[in-house]
Amino acid sequence: MSIEDTPKMSWWNRLAHPGFFVQWTTPLVWPLAGITLALFALGVWYSFFNSPADYQMGDTVRIMYVHVPSAWLSQFMYGMMVVSALGTLVWRHPMADVSMKAAAPLGAVFTFMALFTGSLWGRPTWGTYWEWDGRMTSTLIMLFIYLGIIALWRAFDDKLKAARIVAIFTLVGAINVPIIKFSVDWWSTLHQPSSVLTAEGSKIAPELLTPLFIMLFAFTLLSITLQLISMQTEVKRRRVATLERKAARGEAA
Amino acid sequence: MSGFVSIMRREMRLAFAAGGEVLTLLLFFVIVGAIVPFAVGPDKELLSRIAPGIVWIAAFLAMLLGLDRLFRADLEDGTLSLYRLADMPLSAVVAAKVIVHWVTSALPLILVSPFLAMILAMDTETFWRTVISLLLGTPALVAFGTFGAAITVAIKRGGLLAPILIAPLCVPVLIFGVGVIAPLGGPDQATVAMLFLAALSLTAVALSPFAAALAIVWGEE
Repeated sequence: MSIEDTPKMSWWNRLAHPGFFVQWTTPLVWPLAGITLALFALGVWYSFFNSPADYQMGDTVRIMYVHVPSAWLSQFMYGMMVVSALGTLVWRHPMADVSMKAAAPLGAVFTFMALFTGSLWGRPTWGTYWEWDGRMTSTLIMLFIYLGIIALWRAFDDKLKAARIVAIFTLVGAINVPIIKFSVDWWSTLHQPSSVLTAEGSKIAPELLTPLFIMLFAFTLLSITLQLISMQTEVKRRRVATLERKAARGEAA
Repeated sequence: MSGFVSIMRREMRLAFAAGGEVLTLLLFFVIVGAIVPFAVGPDKELLSRIAPGIVWIAAFLAMLLGLDRLFRADLEDGTLSLYRLADMPLSAVVAAKVIVHWVTSALPLILVSPFLAMILAMDTETFWRTVISLLLGTPALVAFGTFGAAITVAIKRGGLLAPILIAPLCVPVLIFGVGVIAPLGGPDQATVAMLFLAALSLTAVALSPFAAALAIVWGEE
């Protein structure tokens, strides 16, 4: 055994190598997907067969088991993007770029799902697909921010340059999101003083809470699984682009 | 400091010189405001009720329209690279541009807003509230806009992208801006809105030069 005098690379640094990242995360994907699937099976069974219908809203309350997790993930994915943006700007971690890019479409989809299921739920219970309620409005603006970020990613040819610019925008957006949330609440409480959503929030019966929590976990695990897969896809996509460039150079010479 | 002043003077001269866009922007602002009655009908009562919103939307659109010229021309003729090599930090250059951009694109709008107020049947009190809210709110719009322009300057065809990115971030400015004019929750709410609007403007103007300078530097590398 020789004495190592070079500093040992931490797992954090080794993770920066895209190849290592793919190699390390591939064994994680299948177990994660399995647990997600099991949780979904359990959650769907609970939410359809083992939970009572709401005494006011009837069976439509079951939309909640998709709606609430989607709304939670729309914020969770932005948090993921903010952490990745810090990783890009502070540590210049190569995988942070990839994670930031993978999170944006996922977040947009979950935000859209929250809005879509929300309006489906709103029709029978509130009598309208859309209401300029504080939460709905800020979620809609959140969706616009996600779509703007995706458009910004697509506008750049150079992905490394794009990563840093998007990171700045993501952080500025993160500072802004609470302000938007607050201003929209201030604005819409002036318009409609009582809201159906706020009155209902805290009074959820435990029979409804069990499937909700299972679905929350299932959705969160789903998002992490999808995030890992799309990060791997992005790494491979960049590898393919590099190889294509190499091949084109080889043919041209 | 002399560099700061000379950049301001240069920007000012460019904006008002032949080919400058100040007059075009003004015209755009007035036309957007004047075209709404054609869409919603010439009902005076309705118009005077939505007039503050129309003025704010017109100002907002005029701001978005003027964004692209902020850094694009400087990038194309190489001035931006010289700014980066200059003694003064890039954020100071951006700050100078923010101030001049406000003077050349927001102040003229406020000056012609009496015309819009007249044709949209605003009463005098509402008009003064509108002027105050525009004075307080447009610095925030300019600051956000500068940030958006800086982010998209590295993109060849980024002209349309900046408004899309910036519009969601400007929602609080619009909300509080209109809140100053039409206080739905009583007069004390107008003061609240005014204070929030001022706070937004101060914060945005103070921070945006740094964020914009960062975006320019990283976009150019």
